[in-house]
Amino acid sequence: MTDHKEIDDHSGVETTQHEWDGIKELNNPLPRWWLYIFYGSIAISIVYWVLMPAWPLVSSYTPGLLGQSDRANVAEDMMALQADRAEHAAALNEASISEIRANPELQQFAYAAGEAFFGENCAPCHGRGAQGAPGYPNLNDDIWLWGGSLDAILDTIRYGVRNDNPNSRYSQMPAYGADGILGEDEIANVTEYVVSLSGGDVDAAMAARGAAIFGTQCSACHAADGTGIRDFGAPDLTDHDWLFGGDRETINATITYSRFGVMPAWEDRLDSATVRALAIWVHERGGGEE
Amino acid sequence: MDATGRDPVSSERRGAGANEASHMQAEAAPGIERHDVEAVNVGAATKTTLYKAREPIYPKRVYGKFRNAKWAVMAFTLGLYYLLPWIRWDRGPGAADQAVLIDFGAPRFYFFFIEIWPQEIYYITGLLILAAVALFLVTALFGRIWCGYACPQTVWTDLFVWVERLIQGDRNKRMKLAKAPWTFDKARKIITTHAIWILISVATGGALVFYFGDAPTLAQNIFNGSANPAAYIFIGLLTFTTYSLGGLMREQVCIYMCPWPRIQAAMIDQDALAVTYRSDRGEKRGPHKKGATWEGRGHCIDCKQCVVVCPMGIDIRDGLQLECIQCGLCIDACNSIMDKVNLPRGLIANDTDLNIERRLAGQPSRFNFIRTRTVFYATILALVTAVMLYGLLTRDFLEVNALRDRIPNFVMLSDGSVRNGYTIKIHNMHPSEEQFRLTLEGLAGAEFRLAGDPEDRPDLPIFTAQRDRVDTIRLYVSVPPSELPNATQTPITFRVENVERGTVVTARSVFVTGEPR
Repeated sequence: MTDHKEIDDHSGVETTQHEWDGIKELNNPLPRWWLYIFYGSIAISIVYWVLMPAWPLVSSYTPGLLGQSDRANVAEDMMALQADRAEHAAALNEASISEIRANPELQQFAYAAGEAFFGENCAPCHGRGAQGAPGYPNLNDDIWLWGGSLDAILDTIRYGVRNDNPNSRYSQMPAYGADGILGEDEIANVTEYVVSLSGGDVDAAMAARGAAIFGTQCSACHAADGTGIRDFGAPDLTDHDWLFGGDRETINATITYSRFGVMPAWEDRLDSATVRALAIWVHERGGGEE
Repeated sequence: MDATGRDPVSSERRGAGANEASHMQAEAAPGIERHDVEAVNVGAATKTTLYKAREPIYPKRVYGKFRNAKWAVMAFTLGLYYLLPWIRWDRGPGAADQAVLIDFGAPRFYFFFIEIWPQEIYYITGLLILAAVALFLVTALFGRIWCGYACPQTVWTDLFVWVERLIQGDRNKRMKLAKAPWTFDKARKIITTHAIWILISVATGGALVFYFGDAPTLAQNIFNGSANPAAYIFIGLLTFTTYSLGGLMREQVCIYMCPWPRIQAAMIDQDALAVTYRSDRGEKRGPHKKGATWEGRGHCIDCKQCVVVCPMGIDIRDGLQLECIQCGLCIDACNSIMDKVNLPRGLIANDTDLNIERRLAGQPSRFNFIRTRTVFYATILALVTAVMLYGLLTRDFLEVNALRDRIPNFVMLSDGSVRNGYTIKIHNMHPSEEQFRLTLEGLAGAEFRLAGDPEDRPDLPIFTAQRDRVDTIRLYVSVPPSELPNATQTPITFRVENVERGTVVTARSVFVTGEPR
């Protein structure tokens, strides 16, 4: 490597003096605009280190003079949101269903909040549109296991079904087959009778035998006519709606092994305004009872 | 040699801003000074590089009908721009009372008696098409008069040059000041000029934001610092662009940044008017001594007044050029010279090169405004205008959408009835509260329940829709088992009738049941 500069004859530009197969690399300077942007970026980055959180330390980081923190910002936004909602939430806690209906603004708030909270908390089991699934009731219709008034829905959401909450709704159907209460033939007869309750085509003789067993074993909860008793969460067997399925096989399995649908108590997880918004939204899906 | 008989390569290059030769030649007539100056774009095709530094241009004051037209257009366009947002327009209580307002919050576009909703954005598209076609037509007929008179770049540059002239004096004084060493007086003049430019620029940005908010309220908020940050950002942006484009870059915007000079090449043809040096009359050019004969020479006395008044710094005698914005100031300058040497006006005029050829061939000049091109543009213009007018006049002030619930698709009730949920949206675009009757066609035995209603009812109540708003109705429609249609999907029609006005709008949807049992 020589000390003196070498100028390329053809272009008049200094070369790097690196030569490959007789070709020398020119040493064109970087464009000035590019350099200025580069220097500018360095200057900005230093300012940024001073102002914003930047360098990791052993157990923390350099916080920066501006005190920027996404965590704190989110917390602040959440506080602001709560404050924004506070007025409506308080009103929601106080108002009866008729008062809410008479106040379009409050009604709108309850619907919007209820829909959002339902999507966050309830949709995994009951479905995005509260349409239900086998074992999880459809909340759009007028068929209710534990009651469809606003207060009944509120209680169900607050305390849940068949859980550890002391106020939880609770009932248990015996596992007639698994526990040996009824024999297979008897269960087949009861199944036939249950199918007949909602107008299905059945073997009349079997159904008649089943009716006798139903009267002794089932009518205490499902009522003598099979229309169910809400205090026990015992479903109406005479309608077309089935929680777990209305074909013979499923009904037979339900009688043999019983069912034990649970729902968590939401009073521990959600505040009362949220629960009320949820209850109102569910109630106003078109099937709520007065 | 080019068409003007001058050899561009051998010409000594000085530029419009270069120091002018002090030697005065014999006067052609009292009051005519000759300028030893060349166009800034001399030999542009062969000499300029991509990194050519700007040559400053010092346009000279000129008097005449084109200058007056330019003042008039400037006064009109600036007046329109600054005052339009302040015009009030009563739309009733609670409604925006600004005649022209683009309200992004609402979101509505108000234009006097027209109120456009976001879904009617095609009216804006139509306006843009109208503007474009009108520009094509005007360009095909008269050349680039948009560039010369109405373009904001031209208007603001003209305004800035006027300020410059007011503070620093006319062309010669400005050039002298630019060359002079820095003194207190020079600094004062330069700083004053730029300060006024910046003030104008701030006012430009300030006026723009008034189109997007209630002007009196916004003006107050801007001054007491409580306006939306976006307002300050846009004032800042427009201050920057106005100052740099109108004050510093000027003709460079037209030459290097604007696509229109390129597009215009497709708009004009040989019959389109252009500011034209009538070389058939002007050549051979040359200095003229008072009382000398005009025999054997052209009428151009080569005083270069046309060059020094040109805001683009070009020499119109070089023919039609990309830089020419067709403002006609050179026509005014030349006419005043022609008056002084007692020759007829119009050595430079709105004319065509075709006419020069005709006159050289001994034929009369002919102007042909009705051509396939202009007829075509005019037809499109008329068509688009007609379509827009038809659309505006027959515009519905009521729109209805029916959205059926998809989850769940349908609900079966305990008695075997089937229920579907719908969200009905009624857009009441009237500027007043209206009453609507909602009915359902195509479904026998249907019963209705509004969300929040305790029970089904055979008919729906009459709705009151607020002015200028979208009202949402949650509606459940159920059909008892005895009336259930056989098909899983039944087409239905929601019919919304304005009770007072009688207008009817429908929205189609379907009613879905499960598999027939």
